[in-house]
Amino acid sequence: MMAGLRSAWRGRIVAGWHWLRRATGDDAYERYLEHHTLKHPGQVPLSREAFYRESLNRKWSGVSRCC
Amino acid sequence: MLNRIVGIALAVLGAIALSAFALHRQEPVNALWILTAAICVYLLGYRFYSAWIAARVLAVDPTRATPAERHDNGRDFVPTHRWIVFGHHFAAIAGPGPLVGPTLAAQFGYLPGTLWIMVGAVLGGCVQDMTILLLSTRRDGRSLGQMARDELGAFGGFAAIIGTLLIMIILIAVLGLVVVNAMKHSPWATSTVFATVPIAILVGFYLRRWRPGRVLEASLLGLALVLLAVFGGGWVDHNPALRGAFDVQALPLAGLVILYGWLAAILPVWLLLAPRDYLSTFLKLGTVGLLAIALIWMHPQIRMPAVTSFIDGSGPLFGGKLFPFVFITIACGAVSGFHALVSSGTTPKLIAREADVRLVGYGSMALESFVAIMAIIAATLLDPGVYFAINTGAGIVGSTAEAAVHTISSWGYPVTAEQMQHLAADMGESTLFARTGGAPSLAVGMASIFGSTFGRGLLSLWYHFAIMFEAVFILTTLDAGTRVGRFMLQDLLGNVWRPLGRTSWYPSVLLSSALVVAGWGYFLYIGVIDPNGGVNILWPLFGIANQMLAAIALCVATGILVKSGKARYALVTFLPLAWLALITTTAAWQKLTSPDVRIGFFAAANDLAAKLAAGVLPAAKAAAAPQLIFNQRLDAWLTLFFLAVVWFVIADMVRVSIRSLRGLPVLNSSEVPHQLSRLPS
Repeated sequence: MMAGLRSAWRGRIVAGWHWLRRATGDDAYERYLEHHTLKHPGQVPLSREAFYRESLNRKWSGVSRCC
Repeated sequence: MLNRIVGIALAVLGAIALSAFALHRQEPVNALWILTAAICVYLLGYRFYSAWIAARVLAVDPTRATPAERHDNGRDFVPTHRWIVFGHHFAAIAGPGPLVGPTLAAQFGYLPGTLWIMVGAVLGGCVQDMTILLLSTRRDGRSLGQMARDELGAFGGFAAIIGTLLIMIILIAVLGLVVVNAMKHSPWATSTVFATVPIAILVGFYLRRWRPGRVLEASLLGLALVLLAVFGGGWVDHNPALRGAFDVQALPLAGLVILYGWLAAILPVWLLLAPRDYLSTFLKLGTVGLLAIALIWMHPQIRMPAVTSFIDGSGPLFGGKLFPFVFITIACGAVSGFHALVSSGTTPKLIAREADVRLVGYGSMALESFVAIMAIIAATLLDPGVYFAINTGAGIVGSTAEAAVHTISSWGYPVTAEQMQHLAADMGESTLFARTGGAPSLAVGMASIFGSTFGRGLLSLWYHFAIMFEAVFILTTLDAGTRVGRFMLQDLLGNVWRPLGRTSWYPSVLLSSALVVAGWGYFLYIGVIDPNGGVNILWPLFGIANQMLAAIALCVATGILVKSGKARYALVTFLPLAWLALITTTAAWQKLTSPDVRIGFFAAANDLAAKLAAGVLPAAKAAAAPQLIFNQRLDAWLTLFFLAVVWFVIADMVRVSIRSLRGLPVLNSSEVPHQLSRLPS
């Protein structure tokens, strides 16, 4: 009973953590790798650093902040 | 059935709350009524109006694949959960505008601004954001300028780009001025804001070199350091040697802000711009949440009257009557043309399902509008005398404390020099007189809200936290705006000489960045030397420009609706457009032709020129006069230019709509044909 309750809480905390990483873009590279292995198997994906640099350049070449 | 009951309950509660603060005039009203009314209005608007627009006007189609699904590349096109897109979109549209505008508009009393923030958002701003978001989603995430060109014609597209560039320049100038005014002669604020630059660079290195892309840990590190910088600023303030070093005049501060803007635009984004943005986004969301909790917890009384005598146009913060200037001043909190650029940029590439535009477009703007409501509460819970003492320039009330309190008290808003001195001491500042621009008075309001909720002893810390919070996200807008301005300018210059259009060619980067910075730097410089504070001129100009950009966006939306055979429903965007056209044209007309020197640009220029010629100005004023005269005339021509652009776009939209209604050929719709969505529902 207690163990079940504890694991339910752990599940919630893990879910919350995933949610937070997703919302902040912390997991962007992992999601890119997932996408890459699925859609372009056999090709070499960008490194973590190259992916980060590229995503910044993309984000900041348009209007992404307002008044 | 349940929906109906909830709807009726919301409507009744909203009506009670609205009448509690709108009709009750005798005793001070509690802010809780305003908050309740606002929340009810947004929920009703969201539940009913946005649902109706989505179903009938936009014909949102759950079976239609969005660009995020069709072009899913794991990078910029990614189908994303709607609450996450909501967060990103809100973080992108929420800027300093809804904090500054309502603070300034509080000179008319709490009622006019509050009502317009609610009504304008629900019927105008939210509708614009949602409509443009859907239209862009159906066009592979094309920008507003491209949609204008594709659907109306080359002229509409060109007008949208030029309008955006000029608005950006005015916006950055006025925001720069707000930051400069908040920092001048405040060692605590100046040292804290300065410290955010090396902190951002450190976070930049962390994210690029040490732990690439670990946004969460880097942001938390940066946030901790920024909070430490607020404490550190207090230490600097108490250290006699350092205190002097950070006690800087407005003009050198403006020079530093200009230099900073140029550096931020030419340096790689990972070094300064991106890490600063992570910090400011976390701060922004955290502070907005904290403010909402504190306001509900404290539920302060509003001390400002519902309506002040300044609705006749004699207001000390800026000249001009309630109509149209309350609408121009509130600007972003109710309708913001700028949002149309975000709604047609990054966001549509993340939308997983068309129906999500309701939450993302309409919902984010409703929340942004709620931030504006909190800002107007923070401004109006101050004693009106204190509010006017902080926000009125020395050119109007006099440069000594005695003169200022005498003038302000004579308006019927009693305030004493001791009261102001005591308040300044509480906030850890040497003086709070004539701290124009809205940021200091908002910070005093926020400090008293946080102070009474989380401990009064920390008032000076809360004040400088609020200043830092405003400065950080103003500087982010300044960096990002300069960079976007640079891209737009390079795009235009590329038509003149091709190499200038290459965004990676360094000489062109340096030149175009310098041109954009010089553009806003000029207006910032004039604002700083203006004895009336400069905000009184720049903010209305920005408000007019921003509302005109919204009018352009609504023109595009209306034109597309008519062309797609929805003329009957086009009123949904046409009515807000007509209203914006009316208020911006009236405001622009008054700014051009009013004989009142506090409203009319030409009148002010001619008056100053006559005084200069007659030799009645004191030496200091006479030295700055030629520049101020030139600037007032320039502002007038700029206003005229904006006005012409907007009316040309409106005429173009009307031409296209009439042709379409008559069955004559118009440009083909640029909508991407329907493809069946395969996403699991």
